[in-house]
Amino acid sequence: MLTLLPQFTIRIADLAAAFLFMYGLKRMSSPVTAPSGIFVAGIGMAVAILATFLYIFNVSDAAKPFLAVNVVLAVVALLLGGAIAWWSGKRVAMTAMPQMVALYNGMGGGAAGAIAAIELFGQHTQGLATAVVTLLGALIGAVSLSGSLIAWAKLDGVLDKPLRFRGQQAFNALVLLMVILVGGYIVFAIQTATAPIIATRHLISLFFGLALIFGILMTLPIGGADMPVVISIYNAFTGMAVGLEGFVLQNPALMIAGMVVGAAGTLLTLLMAKAMNRSVANILFTNFGAIQTEQQGEMKGSLKPVDAADAGIFMRYASSLIIVPGYGLAVAQGQQKLYEFVKLLQAAGVSVRFAVHPVAGRMPGQMDVLLAEAGVPYDMIFQLEDINDDFATTDVTLVIGANDVVNPAARTEKTSPIFGMPILNADKARKVYVVKRGQGAGYAGIQNALFYGDNCDMVYGDAQAVLIKMIEAVRGLGLAAAA
Amino acid sequence: MPHQIVITGFVALYIFVLAAFAGWVIIGRVPAILHTPLMSGSNFVHGIVVVGGLYALLNASSVLEQTIGFFAVLLGAGNAAGGYAVTDRMLAMFQPSAEKSDGTLRKSE
Repeated sequence: MLTLLPQFTIRIADLAAAFLFMYGLKRMSSPVTAPSGIFVAGIGMAVAILATFLYIFNVSDAAKPFLAVNVVLAVVALLLGGAIAWWSGKRVAMTAMPQMVALYNGMGGGAAGAIAAIELFGQHTQGLATAVVTLLGALIGAVSLSGSLIAWAKLDGVLDKPLRFRGQQAFNALVLLMVILVGGYIVFAIQTATAPIIATRHLISLFFGLALIFGILMTLPIGGADMPVVISIYNAFTGMAVGLEGFVLQNPALMIAGMVVGAAGTLLTLLMAKAMNRSVANILFTNFGAIQTEQQGEMKGSLKPVDAADAGIFMRYASSLIIVPGYGLAVAQGQQKLYEFVKLLQAAGVSVRFAVHPVAGRMPGQMDVLLAEAGVPYDMIFQLEDINDDFATTDVTLVIGANDVVNPAARTEKTSPIFGMPILNADKARKVYVVKRGQGAGYAGIQNALFYGDNCDMVYGDAQAVLIKMIEAVRGLGLAAAA
Repeated sequence: MPHQIVITGFVALYIFVLAAFAGWVIIGRVPAILHTPLMSGSNFVHGIVVVGGLYALLNASSVLEQTIGFFAVLLGAGNAAGGYAVTDRMLAMFQPSAEKSDGTLRKSE
């Protein structure tokens, strides 16, 4: 009877956690309710973790001699892992958020894989379904761990080139096949108990080794521009692995939370792929840069460089302005200066809005976060579908550090690798200024007809330096705009 | 153990399918502007794996299991705490226009 109450409490706590997670995520449907949403989910997590310690009253007989050490280890691991991650999460720069999320994803995948390893090494798995699900969770978790680490390295600039070799896909497929074969044999060995335990242990190690290698191989050939999709895939993978291990441990909270995240990650992956007009398979198995274009026809028109101050003053006298921010702005750390400039214009009566492309930045919605960090109110930020028709009726469009997402080739050039990708119709504005570091092409490595248009002037230079000049120029007018 | 809930076969499938559907519907309503916090937030949610890690570690009965269990909890705790910290930070940044309200949200310059 003594064990009944702890069991019951744990079940209630898990139920509460599952509910609070769902409710917390639901509150993310608006920026107004979102902060309370994550707080609610946090309470769910705290309750579930604390309740788990009640398992102390319920451990198996085999674990009883180890219990004291286990509890100490658990508390130390919990505090150590939590504190390090909390500290790093509070300090990380917003531009580095994608690699941080990739890292946390990998940790989750690693934890799911480790749980599977304990079940396998400890011979806890019983029954065919449980063995298969354990191994499947182990595979997905391990792939998510090593793959996320490679994604982190790429986003952080440690690895800067996609690594490809001839026959790579066949090789990767072969490794995956080996993982499945080894996994299949482990299930067979567990079921029939034919193989000696030591031999099975080696096989389990081999299984994890191959799964980790597969994660690395799968991620290495994918280019930097596709990383948002990759992060989101691994988010979904880790979710699924957690869900599957939840089944193994008979814990419905893990099953539900894992599957919810699995679905969320899958949905985000599809949305990202759609914003780039590519299939997920295309992203995973080919590469943007690799689809090389036969050189397109000569660009008509010419690039027309203008002075930053002149551009700034022109915008001051416009009545409406749409700003298209890109990752180049974030790299130059220019968001603060940009918002300062915007406030000057607003004080002078210019209507200013921001147009954000779904793939601006290195992960879905990153540009929105970077603007929010600079203090830009969210009601000034518009997404592609909400603002695209307004470019035609806008006086000026200011493109800063964005390239491919405003390339009209996506509408017109059938041979272009970005053909069909939804773009911001910046070229339709009466006047366009493009702030750009140099004349080089963007991520996709293609020319941009927008820059050569009659209505477009180029302002060359680092985004932050250019914006400082624009601010000075507008301030220099000494009008009511002395905000 | 009569009080132990056993989830097998079709019951497990029901849970998986309904949870996936609920996730799909809930997440589909999140606006694009919140997609980064959503991703780190869902990242935090799968940090619940730490609960599984704790269960496995508390039931460990060999040094090998203890070692792996320690890392399971360490990684899971990092996943949960890190995911929460970054999501909370990002969401706190989203503010409405100060002009329309009484101006209390406006940051001093």
